Amino acid sequence: MSEAAFQPGARVQVRNDWPERRGPCHIRTPHYLRGRDGTVQRVLGSFANPEDLAFARPAPPRPLYHVLFDQPPIWHEGAAGDSLLVEIFEHWLEPAASPVQEAA
Amino acid sequence: MSAPARPESLALLERLVAALKAKGLVSEEELAARQASTDRASPEIGARMVARAWLDPDWRRLMLRNGAAAAEQMGVSMAGAPPLGILEDTPSLHHLVVCTLCSCYPRAVLGYPPHWYKSFEYRARAVRDPRGVMAEWGTVLPPGTQVRVVDSTADYRWMVLPLRPAGTEGWTEDQLTAIVTRDALVGVALPQVPVAIAAE
Repeated sequence: MSEAAFQPGARVQVRNDWPERRGPCHIRTPHYLRGRDGTVQRVLGSFANPEDLAFARPAPPRPLYHVLFDQPPIWHEGAAGDSLLVEIFEHWLEPAASPVQEAA
Repeated sequence: MSAPARPESLALLERLVAALKAKGLVSEEELAARQASTDRASPEIGARMVARAWLDPDWRRLMLRNGAAAAEQMGVSMAGAPPLGILEDTPSLHHLVVCTLCSCYPRAVLGYPPHWYKSFEYRARAVRDPRGVMAEWGTVLPPGTQVRVVDSTADYRWMVLPLRPAGTEGWTEDQLTAIVTRDALVGVALPQVPVAIAAE
């Protein structure tokens, strides 16, 4: 199992990247989270990268995280305090620019 | 009247199975065993896991720590299945499961997903307007309960451990299992005490 770069509580940002615009790909990072800040809730383990598996390429295991996001800032609607919890692979995450949580 | 045309997909499946057998990757016995365990899987397994968690704190801890190990103890074969995560509801937090990318679902303990779970409507709306979606099931949460939507995007499968409803004190595991519906294990509904019993 590869070493996890982020620990529970770490503020992270989902990369604002759109590989689907560059050609055929298989992505498990929902579009609505690209560029969004969240908090690592838990390291789920390491799993073969589905982006490689889908094309029968060698797929080394990569750390997978459960990342928690405030829901209202994402959709500009919803109830304060509601949240989204999503599995995100490490190569889609970078440290958040702002260490403080966005206001809901 | 002639027999209906044989679907092309069936011929393709037969060629795939023959190729896998020729390579020694699967056997007829393994296919039969997998078919049998797929057919056995139903929401009653998940419901019983929940009922047991309501009754037995040790079981609850095991289930929350390792859902797959708990499922194995229920006689479910988790070999080759994705890890199973259990989402514990509290009086202030309610979980709702969706897979916005496709239709990931804890099949090992819930069986086949219902058609609505795979619909574009559910997948698009659950993540954006979870309270509106739940309201259409008649599910309105008590004030002060936050909603946490779990988008099942990768290698885990998720099942909800709902709150045990009031009015079920002293109930047996079988009685409790009976009120935990598939929809409650996804989080669109809450376990309900039947009106006739509640009135007693």
